[in-house]
Amino acid sequence: MSGKQLLCVLDRDGKLVGPMPKFAREPAELQRLYRTLVLTRIFDTKAIALQRTGRLGTYASSLGQEAVSVGAAAAMAKNDVLVPSFREHGAQLWRGVTLKELFLYWGGDERGNDFADPREDFPNCVPVASHAPHAVGVALAFRLRGNKRAAVCVFGDGATSKGDVAEALNMAGVWKVPAVFVINNNAWAISVPREKQTAAATLAQKAVAAGIPGEQVDGNDVIAVRAVTERALARARQGLGPTLIEALTYRLCDHTTSDDASRYRDNAEVSGHWPAEPVARLRSFLTNCGHWDKNKEEALLHECSSAVEGAAEEYLATPAQPISSIFDYIYAKIPAELAEQREAAAVQAQSDA
Amino acid sequence: MTELSLVQAVNAALRHAMNEDERVLVLGEDVGIDGGVFRATEGLFKTFGEQRVLDTPLAEASIAGVSIGLAVQGFHPVAEIQFTGFAYVCIDQILNHASRLRARTRGRLTCPMVLRSPAGGGIKAVEHHSESPEAMFAHIPGIKVVMPSSPALAYGLLLAAIRDPDPVVFLEPTRLYRAAREDVLDDGAGMPLGQCLTPRTGRDVTIVAWGAMIKEALEAADQLAAENIEAEVIDVATLKPLDSATILASVERTGRLVIAHEAPMTCGYGAEIAARVAGRAMTSLLAPIERVTGYDTMMPYARMEAQYLPKVGAILAAARRAMAFT
Ligand SMILES: Cc1ncc(C[n+]2csc(CCOP(=O)(O)OP(=O)(O)O)c2C)c(N)n1
Repeated sequence: MSGKQLLCVLDRDGKLVGPMPKFAREPAELQRLYRTLVLTRIFDTKAIALQRTGRLGTYASSLGQEAVSVGAAAAMAKNDVLVPSFREHGAQLWRGVTLKELFLYWGGDERGNDFADPREDFPNCVPVASHAPHAVGVALAFRLRGNKRAAVCVFGDGATSKGDVAEALNMAGVWKVPAVFVINNNAWAISVPREKQTAAATLAQKAVAAGIPGEQVDGNDVIAVRAVTERALARARQGLGPTLIEALTYRLCDHTTSDDASRYRDNAEVSGHWPAEPVARLRSFLTNCGHWDKNKEEALLHECSSAVEGAAEEYLATPAQPISSIFDYIYAKIPAELAEQREAAAVQAQSDA
Repeated sequence: MTELSLVQAVNAALRHAMNEDERVLVLGEDVGIDGGVFRATEGLFKTFGEQRVLDTPLAEASIAGVSIGLAVQGFHPVAEIQFTGFAYVCIDQILNHASRLRARTRGRLTCPMVLRSPAGGGIKAVEHHSESPEAMFAHIPGIKVVMPSSPALAYGLLLAAIRDPDPVVFLEPTRLYRAAREDVLDDGAGMPLGQCLTPRTGRDVTIVAWGAMIKEALEAADQLAAENIEAEVIDVATLKPLDSATILASVERTGRLVIAHEAPMTCGYGAEIAARVAGRAMTSLLAPIERVTGYDTMMPYARMEAQYLPKVGAILAAARRAMAFT
């Protein structure tokens, strides 16, 4: 909480400043984390480029925040359930959502939510904070069935001001459900800085009122984020209940592609945060330990870029669904009145064509 | 057969559903030991225990939101919102999440939940306890809205709602909870959602209503019979999806339509029915469509509540106007 020390394993230069968790002693595992950080960033760059050229919709970048996303997801078991907000591309990629699905979603195609892989993960939640109770429901389902599974819910600093989050933390605490709530505190909620969001000294302390543990972690340190989430998940699986984690990071980008952050934020502030960014941090550490070098970096960049380019092409080549599809999934069985509208829409589409 | 009140029929349906399917859970404020403030969940806690009958903290949005999480994970939660006046905060969860999960994931995730709530006036409750928000819920694509008018319907439709693969908002007319008893066969049969019922047939004028207003509609029909006017009464029962066919067929026969509901008039559900009939059965109409509704005001406090609620006389007058129109 406020008095407790911020958990950190690597400092901003990638030097070890805390005890190494077990998983981090495996260079291959660190390389896997590094790969997803890089892939997320390359995806991000491409998504913005596509948006700028009118080939993708409004997009919420995760530049600078990749470690929160990837770290939290990496702590999860495959059959845990992720309940994300809209900036957790890194978590989704780690969990197995494909690049093409991500492009489809941000390109305005619902099929992007029909993940082939983490079938039980929730799609992005665009209304801020309203997904927090869903995670409680999912975790309650696990508890009631006696599953050793957990739900991980990620939301932003702004979300913590909403009743939904307070309600969800409270209920999760009362029922001791296996849920982990991760605040991706990127310091800004569009133009409102963290200190105008709440007078609370930390966001982690919002756990106090719910009677659950709250911890702060350096959100640019993927090792620390994963370690703290793993601990919280272990606790959850032991039946000890939920945890609130505040991961401190920084939004190096605009809020979305429709936003111009220079209207409310100093460039100097942004540049001040670049040296702490998560990708370079892990790369420095790996390099210093002799587990990374220029060749590996080049090979990785090449591999990720071609994966992203390939997925983008596939996305761009995917034709839109017929208008009838908007009727097909409203109910399990289409009611008569809707069937009529479906037919009318098809006729309309035909005559428009 | 047992004589049950409407609230007892709700209880019997919940019990039946919980017995037949262990995925059915009940959650809400005071639904456990207390059995709900109207006793709709009475005894369930004792039979099924705290794993299946969950007293929640006082947080309506999350009662709906948690139900979504449970439903997505394969449970069939039946959430109780103590009074519909407190269900408005659930609209975010119902509208932004429950209703669209199936569509936005192209069927990958679904949300088979029921949100139950006592609705409507007539019990002299305090403010916010007598709301009729059925039109607000019916406006939302992807959910179903049900409002039963009798114990047997409450039993059958609630079972159907619980077994439905999609989210259902189930509004129970508070003023009918204990108003009458009728024989209800607790056989688990269920009744189809999305079908209007015709509790009384007649050739002269169609009176369409739902929930508590069915009582007034039937009384009006009785009195009209004494004047040699045969009124057909249609109980909408499921507002969404609407069985327009039954209503249209009736109006095509009678040529006259009176719609009665206690919610405010503007954008009330009566407007939807009127529009459909005007659009599809215009040439059958022999008189303008009449709407008998609550006023576009707040539901007044107990002392004036009776003056707000549409009464038999208002339906009679509307039917007579329709009959007299030339
Ligand atoms: C309920 C709701 N209100 C407003 C918005 C518009 N909006 C989108 S993101 C955002 C700020 C969210 O800030 P935060 O929770 O910190 O997450 P971040 O975007 O910084 O990741 C706002 C106000 C919304 N999507 N949902």
